[in-house]
Amino acid sequence: MTHGTGNLSGADFPRAALPLLADDRLRRNLRHATGTIRAKRAAVVGEVDDWEELREAGRAIKAHTMRHLPELLERFEEAAAAAGATVHWARDATEACAIIGDLIAATGESEVVKVKSMATQEIGLNEALEARGITAVETDLAELIVQLAGDTPSHILVPAIHKNRGEIRDLFRAAMPGAQDVSDEPADLAAAARRHLREKFLSAKVAVSGANFAVAETGTLVVVESEGNGRMCLTLPETLISLVGVEKIVPSFADLEVFLRLLPRSSTGERMNPYTSMWTGVADGPSAVHIVLLDNGRSAVLADEVGRQALHCIRCSACLNVCPVYERTGGHAYGSVYPGPIGAILSPQLTGVAANRSLPFASTLCGACYEVCPVKIDIPRVLVHLRQEAPKSPVERAAMRAMSWVMRDPRRYARALRAAALPLRRRRTLRRAPWPLSAWTAARDLPLPAAKSFRERWKEGV
Amino acid sequence: MSAREEILARLRGALDGAAEAPAPPRPVVDARAQGDPELMAGRLRDYKAVVHRAGPGELAAVLGGVLAGVGVLAVPPDLPEAWLSAHSGRVLRDPDVAALDTVDAVLTGAAVAVAETGTIVLDAGPAQGRRALTLVPDRHVCVLFTRQIAPGVAQALARLRPTAPLTWISGPSATSDIELSRVEGVHGPRRLDVVIAEY
Amino acid sequence: MRLALFITCVNDLVYPATGEAVVRLLRRLGHAVEFPGAQTCCGQLHANSGYRDEALPLVRHYAEVFAPYDAVVTPSGSCAAMVREWYPRLVPEAADVAARTYELSELLTDVLGVTDTGASYPHRVAYHPTCHGMRVLGLGERPLRLLRAVRGIDLVPLPGAEECCGFGGTFALKNAGVSAAMLADKCRAAESTGADVLAAADNSCLAHIGGGLSRAGSGLRTVHYAEILAAGEGS
Repeated sequence: MTHGTGNLSGADFPRAALPLLADDRLRRNLRHATGTIRAKRAAVVGEVDDWEELREAGRAIKAHTMRHLPELLERFEEAAAAAGATVHWARDATEACAIIGDLIAATGESEVVKVKSMATQEIGLNEALEARGITAVETDLAELIVQLAGDTPSHILVPAIHKNRGEIRDLFRAAMPGAQDVSDEPADLAAAARRHLREKFLSAKVAVSGANFAVAETGTLVVVESEGNGRMCLTLPETLISLVGVEKIVPSFADLEVFLRLLPRSSTGERMNPYTSMWTGVADGPSAVHIVLLDNGRSAVLADEVGRQALHCIRCSACLNVCPVYERTGGHAYGSVYPGPIGAILSPQLTGVAANRSLPFASTLCGACYEVCPVKIDIPRVLVHLRQEAPKSPVERAAMRAMSWVMRDPRRYARALRAAALPLRRRRTLRRAPWPLSAWTAARDLPLPAAKSFRERWKEGV
Repeated sequence: MSAREEILARLRGALDGAAEAPAPPRPVVDARAQGDPELMAGRLRDYKAVVHRAGPGELAAVLGGVLAGVGVLAVPPDLPEAWLSAHSGRVLRDPDVAALDTVDAVLTGAAVAVAETGTIVLDAGPAQGRRALTLVPDRHVCVLFTRQIAPGVAQALARLRPTAPLTWISGPSATSDIELSRVEGVHGPRRLDVVIAEY
Repeated sequence: MRLALFITCVNDLVYPATGEAVVRLLRRLGHAVEFPGAQTCCGQLHANSGYRDEALPLVRHYAEVFAPYDAVVTPSGSCAAMVREWYPRLVPEAADVAARTYELSELLTDVLGVTDTGASYPHRVAYHPTCHGMRVLGLGERPLRLLRAVRGIDLVPLPGAEECCGFGGTFALKNAGVSAAMLADKCRAAESTGADVLAAADNSCLAHIGGGLSRAGSGLRTVHYAEILAAGEGS
């Protein structure tokens, strides 16, 4: 089993969360943005009568696809190649960066325009290109904000969700040529980005994209977007390179119906996103079309019977927007380009759990993510499954074993209850407890055992 | 072993002994089913597109009104002459990208539309031209015939040729990237006019 | 029908009054309930924390202890969810008894057909629907319907009710910072209702919220909703 490399792990989650929890402005920004999108999603999902059937269809199509992934990839490759695309395969992040870097170098260009793509974030493409003297210009508004700020993305759909309009205005004034007088009105900020990128779009010779879907039957790639930066990159340059995770396959063109209905409503809370582009090999745009199929740990995820459903993800980010943990920490605490509940199950599987051991525990298992997932990924179930594989401290393991040993025998259990009972204590709560319960009493009082357990009271006659 | 062979071998190994996961039954789709023009118009307006209606024989006159004030208009090479009979401005047939950046608007037809979502789909077919044409100008005027309106996404897909270059358009370009609030007008056309014509 | 009470370890040790309320309530409604003394813990703590091997003996023990009963009732949404959702996956032979295990409001509503427990409780109460009860069991309106029938109760809505309180078992210890932030928001929401009592179907969540309220010096008390349904007339 070969795991993935790239931007998939960081510091221990609880430790990384601490400074973020103390950032009041971040908390306000996140609460406002996730609150807005939750309401929009709920409204447009509510108007679809067959939403639950649609979710089930999405789940079933993805499960079928994963079961037949090798054949479907071969079919995709054949169809795309027949339509004039060149298909490459990349085992991991390093190989994918090398392939894309070589393709760009062969054009002689030193600047490329990019459509927002999680896969290129995952493999660290921009940094790898920079090391070869190639500048990658992010054209999605939020990616542009993150790039101008020298920051990292904190959300799958809206990488700059952690910034509010005032912060973005200040950033544009400082870092975007010709934007010294921009206001904090979102429309004004969007117009500044339009002016800034227009010339880049019209002169770019090479573009790099990801893809939301890859249709095996026809060799078609699909990019779902809002701003038109995607259309610019996919249409105007001479060379187009698309990095596509192997799990992006859907079997047939007709299957797109299910995902084009699930994704926009779950993602931006719209009935349909402004622009979706579909192209098959060389068409009326770029004359050189390359597709790089990426493994980078996906085959390892596929090998896990319970965990493989994480590959069904269509990157809508609905689970982030409803997650009470994500809402309080933001995406940076997760240390991976995939934050939130889906990141907590995807990142540890891509890297191997040992390299991401704190993420499966970064959840209360409240289940809000599962409820909204458009392809019904049972995230709590996979979290629990991964906790099983996660390395544990010897002290914790010993305590859990001891507790289980006591609890599996009614006599031992009854004796333990009697020993724990505190008949003589007057206070029923504790303000300070020793480790490990000190973590509890740091923020809340700890209730103490009752004077008599229920079973003793039952014996005495309830 | 090549990367291709190795990845395929890894994936096959990962699926060793995996239970069959049957494809879900595909519902039968009636590609000829007609969508409701009123619903289409309402959904377009929800996206801040400007909707115009043209009865039988009224298309040229309606377009004349919609295009009034457009100095330079781009059109695909095969746009029907009759559509422009009431328009007096300058017309560029299939201009290059640099010229497209200077026009006031582009006028095209469409291939299919989805009433449920207010989406128009272009497939580079008749009266539509290549994809860049409807992307670079700041205003897109699109003629949609009522017979082209499908009720939902499934029927629209069934009417399309998958390998054609397809652009699905739902309103003017927009972004939700600032505080997750939608704002119209980024890189694509900031204004979308749709003329729904009876046919 | 032979009906058994599964008290849960937390209630047995810390909240015996909740168990007494369930027994009192069922007897008042004319149903005998037994307490199999061999019962221990459902194993949720172990299973949810990545100790499946340590959970398995507890799952098997539960299945054995409760096998003779027609129905098992428990005053805990999360323990009922553990049994119903996870037992069949962990120990297939436990599926039968798992299917006969009910959270209190399910037993009352779906099995016994109770709409009014005959209780009276003249207090202002906010109800927090705990996550596992709401999302795994799908309790829906059941607890609230029963609470609405209580005489004298002033049931007030809890803002952001469906948001997790931040307990999450070992999450409260492993991710103490995030848990405390979620707790603070839940306490603020509960206080904003002006209620005297915050009720829920899980004493573990209530221990967390109540601990936060008492640390903040709040006068708002936490009470398991079984104690409200059992209160007043006939008790």
